[in-house]
Amino acid sequence: MSAEETAAAAPARPENPALAFVRRFVAGDLGELRVIVGLIVIWAIFQIQEDRFLSSTNLTNLVLQITAIGLVSVGVVLVLLLGEIDLSVGAVSGLCAAIMAVLTVKEGWSPYVAIAAAILAGTAIGLFQGFVFTRFGVPSFVVTLAGLLAWQGAHLEVLGSTGTINVTDSVITGLTSTFYEGATGWVIALVAFGAYAAGVLLGRRQRVKAGLPVRNIGSVVLRLGGAGVIAATAVLTDDRGVPLALLILVGFVAFFQYVTTRTRFGRHIFAVGGNAEAARRAGIPVTRVRVVVFAIASSMAAIGGIMAASRLLAVNQSSGGGDFLLLAIAGPVIAGTSLFGGRGSVLTALLGALVIGSISNGMDLLALESSVKFMVTGAVLLAAVVIDAIARRERQAEGRV
Amino acid sequence: MTDQTPVLELRGASKAFGPVQALRGVDFRVHRGEVVGLVGDNGAGKSTLVKAIAGIHTLDEGEILWEGRPVSITHPNDAVELGIATVYQDLALCDNLDVVENLFLGREQRAGGIGTITRHLDETWMEKRTHELLEHFAVTIVNVRSEVGTLSGGQRQQVAIARSLLGEPKVVLLDEPTAALGVRQTAQVLELIKRLREEGHGVVVISHNLENVFEVADRIFVLRLGQVAGDFPADEATIDQVVAAITGAAARGENGDRAGGER
Repeated sequence: MSAEETAAAAPARPENPALAFVRRFVAGDLGELRVIVGLIVIWAIFQIQEDRFLSSTNLTNLVLQITAIGLVSVGVVLVLLLGEIDLSVGAVSGLCAAIMAVLTVKEGWSPYVAIAAAILAGTAIGLFQGFVFTRFGVPSFVVTLAGLLAWQGAHLEVLGSTGTINVTDSVITGLTSTFYEGATGWVIALVAFGAYAAGVLLGRRQRVKAGLPVRNIGSVVLRLGGAGVIAATAVLTDDRGVPLALLILVGFVAFFQYVTTRTRFGRHIFAVGGNAEAARRAGIPVTRVRVVVFAIASSMAAIGGIMAASRLLAVNQSSGGGDFLLLAIAGPVIAGTSLFGGRGSVLTALLGALVIGSISNGMDLLALESSVKFMVTGAVLLAAVVIDAIARRERQAEGRV
Repeated sequence: MTDQTPVLELRGASKAFGPVQALRGVDFRVHRGEVVGLVGDNGAGKSTLVKAIAGIHTLDEGEILWEGRPVSITHPNDAVELGIATVYQDLALCDNLDVVENLFLGREQRAGGIGTITRHLDETWMEKRTHELLEHFAVTIVNVRSEVGTLSGGQRQQVAIARSLLGEPKVVLLDEPTAALGVRQTAQVLELIKRLREEGHGVVVISHNLENVFEVADRIFVLRLGQVAGDFPADEATIDQVVAAITGAAARGENGDRAGGER
C-alpha cells in the first residue's frame, strides 16, 4: 500500500536508527539473534571468570547436561504455541523414567520395549490431559497442575519402597554415553548439515523459478549455521566425539521445527494459538490439534525423562522434580517463545536449554552456592518474560495485537 | 441490471427467536453481477437475513432458491458448498500469521510426499496464488509475508474478502465492510466490491453508511422491523427516500412525511 499509508501507520516522529535497532532487537523482530547474542555474553562472562568454561571437555559436558531438559522443552514449545501451558511435564518425565526402570530392572524386559512402553505411557497421559482440557473446558493450567500432583504420586508408587532404581542396562546408559569420534563424527555432522543446506537451497531455487522474491538473510543464516556446525564438531571431536545424546536432541528439534513450519498440522498449531475462533471458522479441527499437541508434550517429557535416567544411571524419587519443570518452560520463553501463544519456534527449546544450561554449568564451575544459582536463574527468567511482555505491548502499540 | 434468474432468492422468509419475530415474510433476491445494499435500523433483521443465507440460522418458513432450484441451507457448510461466502465484521483473521497463511488457512496447499508428515506445505504455490489473487482484485499489499496484525484496517478487510473468494463463490455476503475504516481505506474496500461485481459475483453488503451504499450498490434493500420496507434501484432513489424507509416515515405517505425521520 502506497508510501503515504506506510507513513501514516508509522509513528510520526523520526526515529534514531540505533534506537530503532534496539527496539526491534527487544521486540524480537530480529528472531533468534537476541538469544545468540545473550549466549555469547554469558559465555564471555564465564570464560573470563574461569578459563575451563570454554574447554572442549566442559562444552561436551554442557551438551550432555542440556539434553534431557531440551527434549522436554520441545514439547513445551508446542503447548506454548497453542497459548496453553503444561505444568505436568516434570512429573510425567519422572513417572515415565520410573516405568522404564522398573520394566527393565525389576521385570527384566528388553530395554527397547521398556523405552517404547515408557514413551507410550507418556503419550497416553498427554491424550488424557488433552481430552479433559478440551472436553470440559478446564484451563490447561489447572488440568496439568492436577496432573503434576497425581503423576508425582504415581511416580513414587511405581518406584516402590526402595525409592531408587539403578539403571545399568548398556542400551539405556548408552543413550548418553555413546560418542562418535573423529571421522565418524565429522561425517555425521556434515551429512546432517548438508541435508539441511540442500533443503534450503532447493526451496530457494523453487522460489526463484516461481518468480518470487528471495530473502538474502537465508544465505547469511546458512553460512553462520555451517560455521557453527563446523566449530561445534571440532570442539566435540577434540574431546570425546559427537555425543549420541546431542544427535537425539538435534534430531527431535529439527523434526518438530519442520513439522511446525512446513506442515499443515504445524500451521494449524499457530492458527489456534493466534485466534482459536478464527481457526475454528476456517474449518481447522481445533480440538484435535490441541489433544495431539498435549500428547506430543507428554511423549517428549517421557523421552526427556529417559535421557535424564540414562545420564544419572538411576531413577529416584526426585527424578523430574525440583526446578526441572520450571526450567523446561523457562528455556523456550527466555529464547523468545511467547507465553501468550502463536509466536515462537521449536528452535527456542534448544537455544533456551543452552542458555539455562550454560548459566547452571558456569556457576557450578565457579563453585557458587545453589542459593545464588536459583536467584540468578530466577532473574534471567524474569528478564525474559518482561522482554516478552514489552514485545507484546510494542506490537499492540503498533496495532499488531 | 439483469433479468435472468436470480442466483439467490428468498421467498416469504420468516424467522422468530422466541417471541421476537426477526423476519416476517421477506422476499429477497440477488443476481449475478449485482451489488445489493442491505440497510435498516438496528434490530431490523439485516443480520438475521444474512445469517439465514449463510446457514447460521435456519428459516422457520420460506423458500430458498439457488439459481432457480429450491435448496435448503441448514448449516454453514451447506452455504459454502452452494457457493456463498460470508465475511463477518470481526473478520476472523489470525494476527500472528502472514497474509498468505491467512488466505489459505484451513485449505493449505500441500506438495509431494506420502502421508501427513512428508506432505509439506507448498508455500511457493500459495504465495504465487496470493499475488495473482490480490493483483486480480487490485489489492496492494507490499509484502504478503507480513503479519496480518501489522496491516491497516482496510487491508485486513481486503484480506478477509480475498480469502472468501478463494472458494470461487457466486454470492458474497459482507457484514459492515467499511465500519471503522478511514476515508481512503473505505474507498479501497468499495473499489474491491466493484471488482467483485465486474467479476459477476452477486454481492450483499450490510452497511449503516448510506453514502457508501449509494456509491457501490445497484439496488438498495431496506428492512424495517423484519419486513421489507423498500427496494430501490440505487440510481433512482434518494438518500431521503431510503432514510424514510428505514425509519418508517415512508409508510405514512407517498411524499414522505419526514417528521419521523431522525436525520
